[in-house]
Amino acid sequence: MDLTGKISAVVLTFILCSSLLGPLMVAQGPDVIDLEGIRKPPSVRHPLGTDSLGRDVLARVLEGGRISISISVFSVIISTLIGLSLGLSAGYLGGVADAVILAAVDLVLAFPALLLAIGVSILLPPGLYTVVIAISAVGWAPFARLTRGYVLALRSASFVEAATAVGCTRARVLFVHILPHCIPLVLVMTGLKMGGYILTEAALSFLGLGAQPPQATWGSMISANRVLVNSCPWTVLSPGVMIAVTAICFNLLGDSLQIHYGEGRPPR
Amino acid sequence: MKLYVLRRSALLVPLLLGITFITFTLTKSLPGDPVYTLAGERASTETVEKIRKEIGSDKGLASQYAGYISLLARGEMGRSYYTNRKVADDLRGKFPHTLVLALSAVLMAFPLGVLLGFTAALRRNGIADRLISAVSVAGLSTPVFWSGLMLMLLFSLRLKLFPPSGTGGLRYLFLPSLTLALPAAATLSRVTRVTVLDIMGTAYIRTARAKGMKMAKINIVHVMKNALIPIITVTGLDLGSYLNGAVLTETIFGWDGIGRYAMEGIMKRDYPVIMGCIVVGTVVVVLINFLVDLLYFLVDPRVRVHGSDR
Repeated sequence: MDLTGKISAVVLTFILCSSLLGPLMVAQGPDVIDLEGIRKPPSVRHPLGTDSLGRDVLARVLEGGRISISISVFSVIISTLIGLSLGLSAGYLGGVADAVILAAVDLVLAFPALLLAIGVSILLPPGLYTVVIAISAVGWAPFARLTRGYVLALRSASFVEAATAVGCTRARVLFVHILPHCIPLVLVMTGLKMGGYILTEAALSFLGLGAQPPQATWGSMISANRVLVNSCPWTVLSPGVMIAVTAICFNLLGDSLQIHYGEGRPPR
Repeated sequence: MKLYVLRRSALLVPLLLGITFITFTLTKSLPGDPVYTLAGERASTETVEKIRKEIGSDKGLASQYAGYISLLARGEMGRSYYTNRKVADDLRGKFPHTLVLALSAVLMAFPLGVLLGFTAALRRNGIADRLISAVSVAGLSTPVFWSGLMLMLLFSLRLKLFPPSGTGGLRYLFLPSLTLALPAAATLSRVTRVTVLDIMGTAYIRTARAKGMKMAKINIVHVMKNALIPIITVTGLDLGSYLNGAVLTETIFGWDGIGRYAMEGIMKRDYPVIMGCIVVGTVVVVLINFLVDLLYFLVDPRVRVHGSDR
């Protein structure tokens, strides 16, 4: 992997560790209200200042990071599992299964992603699971489409032909010979999609469809403090920077993985 | 030509049916009586009865869906729970604002993105290329609702150059369009870079160089002309993401378009409003993609040849 990818991985590890260890590092808990010290600019006691309820912004950014990243990770796992199994089925089985799955993929991809995610999330009470479901309901489609194309190409590869010729069962060909070759593709996709999921999660939280107060997420912090942008910019500055940095690192990591694995072209 | 348009239009029908089927399923799954979701909570008894007759739950799923389609076809999307105004009327009034915003964002993003992408491709792996790639990734990764707030903080609240929010002339339009244009320009610059690099590796560019044509002329006459086609397509196909961005950008800047309308609907759980925005937004995007496809066909002779006998 190239240097950019390595640096992104290090930065991501740092962000992940600090949000997991956050409660140990900041004296004041993320939801602790201190009405004596509201809207204080950054200081030694509060390195990122406090919000309009006197809550420590650093503690909330770390807590928000834990939630935002977990939601994106769960969404990517679910999207991958659904997308991978449908993509494998469509590509390998072909015929009716292929046509039906492909039609469903096209349908989901025809929607502007955020609108469909909004539609799915208003069905459920707002909360963390709702966001995971809403993101995965849209997110499986690109995974399925890419896996399908990949499997189609692999199906005519010479090693698959050889495996069939020596009498492997269809299931064995699929799971032992084709599936392992899809792993790099899945890794690349995961890296590239995580950046987008961080943004979608932030957008849904910003719209009030995600975590409910007082739970902190990066998107909801920006939404709650946006009226304070002029008087206490530090309350919206840090969560936004964290979203951008995290998404940038995931995108760069995805790009590097893609180069590392040879642009995601299937082997012949 | 006619055949191609016909075939492409034929594909549009199942797509629109599928989309409306999904929105119909969503509408039916919403908490509460779907008839009220379509009619509005304060609708008159006759309206409720009329709609119940069309999509009533006593009928089969297919006829309920048919009823839903015929309601949509007549522009009947119910009334807002809160204002009791017709959602269709509200959307009609607000759509032009969103359209203006999206178009001015495209006008900003297109030259910026193409210029950056072209420069990056010409200086492949140089400092300019790396810098532009970095800026593009940053542009793609920054949430619009945050970059919008930051632009507002800098340009309107601190420097007082533009009004912070409201709907109106160019002074109001500038910051929200810029906010929307930044991620779009980032996408465009990446696409342009890849396309231009692709074209520069083709045989006809090598031929042009071999016969002693000036690089500047090659770049403009051969590379640019051929690169523009995929770039325009991507711009068109990317309109869905403008709509995504519009929901958030319009909210930040108080721009009175469909996006802010949707956001208000979400805040108040005003289901007819939300569903109306989703239906109209999606259908508009699908239709625009369709038009872009046809445009592509008109512009690129290769598609015309291969497209007609496919």
